Amino acid sequence: MAAEGGNGKGAAGPSGARTYPDFSAPTVDKVMVEERAAALGKRSIKKETKVAGLLLSIAMMDLTTLEGKDSPGKVTQLCQKAMRPHASPEVPPCAAICVYPKLVPVAKHALAGSSVKVASVATAFPSGLSALDVKLEDVRRAVAWGADEIDMVIDRGALLAGEKTRIFDEIAATKEACGQAHLKVILETGELGTYDLVREASQIAMLAGADFIKTSTGKVTPAATPAVTLVMLEAIRDFFYATGKRIGMKPAGGIRTAKQALHYLVLVKETLGDAWLTPDLFRLGASTLLNDVLMQLEKERTGAYQSGDSFSKD
Amino acid sequence: MTAKETIAPATNGETHAAPSSPARPAHGAALEFGKAWTYAPAPEAADHVRIDPRYELFIGGKWVAPSSGKYFDTVSPSTEQKLAEVAEGNERDVDLAVKAARVAYEKYWSKLSGIERGKYIYRIARVIQEKARELAIVETMDGGKPIKESRDVDLPLVAAHFFYYAGWADKLAYAFPGRSPRPLGVAGQVIPWNFPLLMAAWKLAPALAAGNTCVLKPAETTPLTALLLAKILEECDLPPGVVNIVTGAGATGAALVAHPDVDKVAFTGSTDVGKRIQKALSGTKKKLTLELGGKAANIVFADAPLDQAVEGIISGIFFNQGHVCCAGSRLLVEEGAFEPLLRRLRDRMQTLRVGDPLDKNTDVGAINSKMQLDKIRELVDAGEREGATRFSTPCELPARGYWFAPTLFTGVSQSHRIAREEIFGPVLAVMTFRTPDEAVEKANNTMYGLSAGVWTDKGSKSFWVSQKLRAGVVWANTYNKFDPSSPFGGYKESGFGREGGRQGLLPYLEVD
Repeated sequence: MAAEGGNGKGAAGPSGARTYPDFSAPTVDKVMVEERAAALGKRSIKKETKVAGLLLSIAMMDLTTLEGKDSPGKVTQLCQKAMRPHASPEVPPCAAICVYPKLVPVAKHALAGSSVKVASVATAFPSGLSALDVKLEDVRRAVAWGADEIDMVIDRGALLAGEKTRIFDEIAATKEACGQAHLKVILETGELGTYDLVREASQIAMLAGADFIKTSTGKVTPAATPAVTLVMLEAIRDFFYATGKRIGMKPAGGIRTAKQALHYLVLVKETLGDAWLTPDLFRLGASTLLNDVLMQLEKERTGAYQSGDSFSKD
Repeated sequence: MTAKETIAPATNGETHAAPSSPARPAHGAALEFGKAWTYAPAPEAADHVRIDPRYELFIGGKWVAPSSGKYFDTVSPSTEQKLAEVAEGNERDVDLAVKAARVAYEKYWSKLSGIERGKYIYRIARVIQEKARELAIVETMDGGKPIKESRDVDLPLVAAHFFYYAGWADKLAYAFPGRSPRPLGVAGQVIPWNFPLLMAAWKLAPALAAGNTCVLKPAETTPLTALLLAKILEECDLPPGVVNIVTGAGATGAALVAHPDVDKVAFTGSTDVGKRIQKALSGTKKKLTLELGGKAANIVFADAPLDQAVEGIISGIFFNQGHVCCAGSRLLVEEGAFEPLLRRLRDRMQTLRVGDPLDKNTDVGAINSKMQLDKIRELVDAGEREGATRFSTPCELPARGYWFAPTLFTGVSQSHRIAREEIFGPVLAVMTFRTPDEAVEKANNTMYGLSAGVWTDKGSKSFWVSQKLRAGVVWANTYNKFDPSSPFGGYKESGFGREGGRQGLLPYLEVD
């Protein structure tokens, strides 16, 4: 299937055949990458570093609800939480709320005047197995309803079948359909099977115009892991060296504890460095992480763990 | 402190739109490490660790004052503070220790069944595990290695070695089918300062399992954990004299290897000393194993998993400040991968945290001694004089103690001293090659042959290269992996004999 509209990258070559950029990427050794990712989990994050990291992880959080039973009431509550996660003044708002397209107007309304963005999943989330025009219409509709960010899914079946150019074309077309909205490309790494394919898919997504690459929908296990995130961060680094463009990273799914959140921050800090330690370039997609982070912050402030009921369940 | 004070402006997504922010030219792109979200100090508490002000010699199950009455200081290389004073054993003390070992061999140890010997060794392993934290802290204080290494690598391996060889004690009859192994008698063992307790384990565990008694001479700069081990042996009720520990400097070690009643000498250390030992032992009946220096090649092909190769290179040369006989101190890179690999390597080196070895986030600790630091400096100066290009990480080094920033040299030739001599420090010499044949030729073009690394995604190439390499250990797509069941040892001037595995029993046995 050809790309809809000119993305400027998959251009027609002299013979009339479409040409594509180089998707090739360095191979990844599973044992060593998992070892490195685990080693970074052993950094000892204490005291002021812990507090700063926890606050930063809140500012980087895409507070997410992606359930069939999501309703305007639920989403409105979550928006309140995202704008003001905790009464203490140093706790920043979350980066964004992530919802299904139909709930974008509700979130937009609830978040009016705040810094919190509205992210919407689209493109026949979570499988991506629909016709391209349907997927693009999904995107356009979400953007029209007010989404600032679009979290698209790639067609994993097509990628596993070797249709790399098709994946490239679909991402490029989705990017165009996004207009001013930022595009996060979900690779669903838990379905790709190898780190090599994760690395290659990252490369394809960035070449096709992704602003962010994202691990998972949260609907498949395993979702985000430190090792798969490390592989994607390394792909982002290579893309930066090749093009000068800073692409963002979003691990999502299965990130539930403050300790995990800090582990991801360490991965970013020691792989991409200072420039990526900002919500502009790093997000954590999570639904239940926030309260654990708040609990740890209160523990640091008061010296004691508070009851789970001290934090609002939204 | 809040996030805003430590983190660059956090503006929630507005500045990122690629079209509005002009892309920096790719050739000017650079990553920056270190200013944002810095780690607070995370020191391992050492206040529960008790180090005696003075340690005597451990001979015949007793703590004995040295006949010379002399003691020497052992200092922490990261603070230059004195930790304890330690007895300096001389020829007389060595003689007492060897006699005690002979008596113990004849009276107790050779009379015990394998299963009984095994019980003692299992007990030692278990107590080491129980005291692992304390031992790791002392190892780090006395030697300067990062606590994360002594805690996560040294101590687990120490216990694993005792456990592994405990298992062989009652199975010796089956170790070499059709042959009947017998112990040799008294083993004199001289160990180095880079892995003090681990080397003690490598020496003692197989010797004891095979039925020998031991006199161990720890390194002058790192005697403390061996002395704590002596206390553990007491706690385990090991019969007196089965293990004797005689501290001291080179002369003490020389007296031990020269003692006429020692049946077997095992030495790990420098090639120079190894050669002297071999000379001293020629014409005697003593069995000898030597585990000496190295100048290992880490060979990276263009089809390698580059980011993981970088981890192997980092571990290969900066693990334990490069004080590793099997350190991957020569990096051989296929020309086509040179730029991307070196860019990664320089970035990665900047994330190495150099400093207080007791800090749980320290990656590179202190150089073990002033003498070793001087040797590293001399060779690095030679590298610069000979025309190689030096890159050292711009890290801040503590004012006191012995430190050397992680360093790599490019533009190195096979003829440079930094490519030929063992530096035994955090200094990597990078060279290039064009074909697999050339890689193998360069890798083997050294007087050493202890270890090597091969990095390629192609299994057949990996096997082809490792078969051509004359090195005792070849790691493929990994580095510095140790297991008590795997034999370790060298070719050429890296020594002879194997430690670890079933093969590691042989040097301690007479096998008909």
